[in-house]
Amino acid sequence: MTIADFTFYLFALSVITGGLFTVASKNPVHSVLWLILAFLSAAGLFVLLGAEFVAMLLIIVYVGAVAVLFLFVVMMLDVDFAELKAEMAKYVPVAGLIGVVLLMQLTLAYGAWEFSEGIDQRLGNPAPPLDVAHNTQALGLILYDDYFLVFQISGLILLVAMVGAIVLTLRHRVDVKRQSPVAQMMRDPATAMELKDVKPGQGL
Amino acid sequence: MEFFDSTLGIILIIAAQCLLVIAFVMISLLVLVYGDRKIWAAVMMRRGPNVVGAFGLLQAVADAFKYIIKEVVVPAGADRPVFFLAPMTSFVLAIIAWAVIPFNETWVLADLNVAILYVFAMSSLEVYGVIMGGWASNSKYPFLGSLRSAAQMISYEVSIGLIIIGVIISTGSMNFGAIVAAQDTGAHFFGWYWLPHLPMVMLFFVSALAETNRPPFDLPEAESELVAGYQVEYSATPFLLFMAGEYIAIFLMCALMTLLFFGGWLSPIPGLPDGALWMVLKMGFFFFIISMVKAIVPRYRYDQLMRLGWKVFLPFSLFWVVFVAFMAKFEVFGGFYARFAIGG
Repeated sequence: MTIADFTFYLFALSVITGGLFTVASKNPVHSVLWLILAFLSAAGLFVLLGAEFVAMLLIIVYVGAVAVLFLFVVMMLDVDFAELKAEMAKYVPVAGLIGVVLLMQLTLAYGAWEFSEGIDQRLGNPAPPLDVAHNTQALGLILYDDYFLVFQISGLILLVAMVGAIVLTLRHRVDVKRQSPVAQMMRDPATAMELKDVKPGQGL
Repeated sequence: MEFFDSTLGIILIIAAQCLLVIAFVMISLLVLVYGDRKIWAAVMMRRGPNVVGAFGLLQAVADAFKYIIKEVVVPAGADRPVFFLAPMTSFVLAIIAWAVIPFNETWVLADLNVAILYVFAMSSLEVYGVIMGGWASNSKYPFLGSLRSAAQMISYEVSIGLIIIGVIISTGSMNFGAIVAAQDTGAHFFGWYWLPHLPMVMLFFVSALAETNRPPFDLPEAESELVAGYQVEYSATPFLLFMAGEYIAIFLMCALMTLLFFGGWLSPIPGLPDGALWMVLKMGFFFFIISMVKAIVPRYRYDQLMRLGWKVFLPFSLFWVVFVAFMAKFEVFGGFYARFAIGG
């Protein structure tokens, strides 16, 4: 077993462990932490595949941003998860049925899967070739040159989703006091202070 | 030597190199803690640490020993595994980011071609130490502190990422060696990226302060409102790990400033040779400035902090990315913005 094999099994094992405990954990915060372990190990697998750019992106986007917000929300929730878990036992048969159906569908789909001629060769020779462009450059070329329109449109879809979420939740409350930073910065002693000459024994 | 070409030999060499980098980081940590306190004291016209060792030089060592031999107190309601995982995460992530930081042309542990992304990824993970610590303590103040820091660190990561993109566009590579080589134009001090990317140097510096929870952005631990934020329940060695992780992260930001904008190991004075000494000197200089900021600037209010990050830094750095992309693509001012065009 070479070092590369050893690291592969190490990361693969920790992805599976992470995934398993994400589901099995009693505490939701622990679940998210296990999920983060799974993400990190998946990034390790990407590195082993030679896709270091995707690996770093996975860590920055999923672990560094998405999972943080996830953790943030889960910590704030005050749901009695033990109660939910207890109720879960009732739904185990239904869940099992859905699982079996999904498994059957996947088997059917992959059973009918056919590969075109010479797929091994094409998979082994990425375009553009690695000696012309390393994988960051190759990704950039594919996303911004070959599939420019599709990439931009998928960005637009995300934008629409974001605008939708903001429109749904935005409300202007009039009964709260707001800070106005510009007004605060424009204040000067002439308008903010008043100097009084207080005579002894008289007060104001 | 034949032994050093075998698997075991290579592993031994790599382990030795790792130890060397860690030793450098740990020794500089002791110097930094001492230096920070001395500078802070000097600004306030105090003496600072001056009892342990000559000029108080051993104060940091004594403090470290004190932390290690004290008892670790764990709150009764704490989530023990996560409670101990938090300081370890904070410390380990701060250390492993140093793996890709070069000190001289070939002095680097791992010469990745996505090195800058790696550092960015590790610094974006550092928020976990804080969040986990705050949550696992099962206490109000730490929890509030950790929520603040989660929002703060994510906000400022966005602008740091955009600033880094500008430098990447100018260089055409994400490797630190290539970035420093691109700044070696023969103009010495005036050939470095601080000149073409001048406003971004300031933005990066301020974002680095916010990212590492340094004053004036130390809201997660604001002692006047949150006692000590996420660190309230921590004592002894776990606290030491948090503090060490924080200082190492600050020093890493100094290293990033040096590499991205101030020519890394390049000599600022014509005629003097380039070398690792320049790199360390520049990092020390930036730490000095960060230390001065702590002593001079009052703490920000939380809404001001968020406003600065999202309404000032984000639009400006986004504009700057577009600007640099334009300047580099059309090679305005020759290779001033497009270092790859002139073979830099």
